[in-house]
Amino acid sequence: MNKYTERIYNGIVKENPTFVLMLGMCPTLAVTTSAINGLGMGLSTTAVLIFSNLIISALRNIIPDRVRIPAFIVIVASLVTMVQLLIQAYIPFLYDALGIYIPLIVVNCIILGRAESYASKNAPVPSAFDGIGMGLGFTVGLTLIGVFRELLGSGGFFGMTIIPEDFHISIFVLAPGAFFVLAMLTALQNKFKAPSATNGSVPASKLACGGDCMSCTGSACMANHDILETRQRQAEEEALAKKKAALAAKEAELKAATAKKDE
Amino acid sequence: MQELLLIAIGSALVNNVVLSQFLGLCPFLGVSKKVETSAGMGAAVIFVITLACIATNLIYSFVLVPLKLEYLQTIAFILVIAALVQFVEMFLKKNMVSLYESLGVYLPLITTNCAVLGVALTNVQKEYGFVKSVVNGIGISVGFTIAIVMLAGIREKIEHNDVPYNFQGSPIVLITSGLMAIAFFGFSGLI
Repeated sequence: MNKYTERIYNGIVKENPTFVLMLGMCPTLAVTTSAINGLGMGLSTTAVLIFSNLIISALRNIIPDRVRIPAFIVIVASLVTMVQLLIQAYIPFLYDALGIYIPLIVVNCIILGRAESYASKNAPVPSAFDGIGMGLGFTVGLTLIGVFRELLGSGGFFGMTIIPEDFHISIFVLAPGAFFVLAMLTALQNKFKAPSATNGSVPASKLACGGDCMSCTGSACMANHDILETRQRQAEEEALAKKKAALAAKEAELKAATAKKDE
Repeated sequence: MQELLLIAIGSALVNNVVLSQFLGLCPFLGVSKKVETSAGMGAAVIFVITLACIATNLIYSFVLVPLKLEYLQTIAFILVIAALVQFVEMFLKKNMVSLYESLGVYLPLITTNCAVLGVALTNVQKEYGFVKSVVNGIGISVGFTIAIVMLAGIREKIEHNDVPYNFQGSPIVLITSGLMAIAFFGFSGLI
């Protein structure tokens, strides 16, 4: 498997943002009332993610470290505005269905999280593939939850009615249903000990905060960099101390050897 | 006056920001372990959202509209909110130490809270004027505080209950929020 397919596999299976990392819960719960809405939201996020990763990665040596979060936010917000205008122009029904959640892609922690943990450290092409993988993983997650809720709640599959109206459980397309579906999902993950952020068995994240996004309130993104820096400094200090110790030991040996010679 | 009251009740109870619109879900699930901390978070959210409504409304009607730059609202709002939170934090630290000590910890957590940006955008979408925007903001943030304090209260009780193994941790919290969302449906008769 080469580097690029590995990134895509990583995004869809190993670090799936919806099922494994539990990122971006607000859109996940809000727009998955039907499969098509989930698919639309997922693809819009994918588009933003690919281009934000590409641009941030290309600019990673130009953006000064201290202002990188505001710079990232401006880049992401511009891309989101573009995507919003395109959806409004060409897919009006999706624009009406998703409404305010399209501009809110800006504050989706998947995008800033990937910018911080991958795009700001890697070359543009792998970063773009990372964006494709993560975006598709998010799309798959949202579409599956959407299919499930639509089937139970309004008996449909991508808009086609399959189950007669008497058997609809309409609570699943309403707000509480979103919570129940997610609760069942996380309970099943606990039951089968599947890797998930909610039972602490997620694969070790490259994010310094540990990537526990369920309990993150957005602050970790900022703190992340500081933690990484202090860790690096500590590692450097330790390496320096070891070098010194090794040098001292060598000197002591030399001294001992010369002392023996003198005798 | 009646209209303002309807907006406030509507955004606080009927269309509760967390339980029916799913905005600000991360702090709702993350900072709701104890009533005390969740009340602090709620107070900070009320403070920031009210200020953010004032700031974004002024920016929108006095900068973006005259220059015909309405399509830049997302970029402008997120920057204004981020700057505002930083500014409020510095101001409180310098001039109102006691308030900073009680709210300070929660302030940086709010910058990326999607409820703040969400409120600013809804105000524009619904074409609310200055007073209505502020009332809507206060209503929404009070609704958030009600929801998070209630969830924290329930979670404190759940601690002592025998929850089945598979439902321990976040599943039971999500189910609790779902039941609360059903209860909040009851308010839809108010308006």
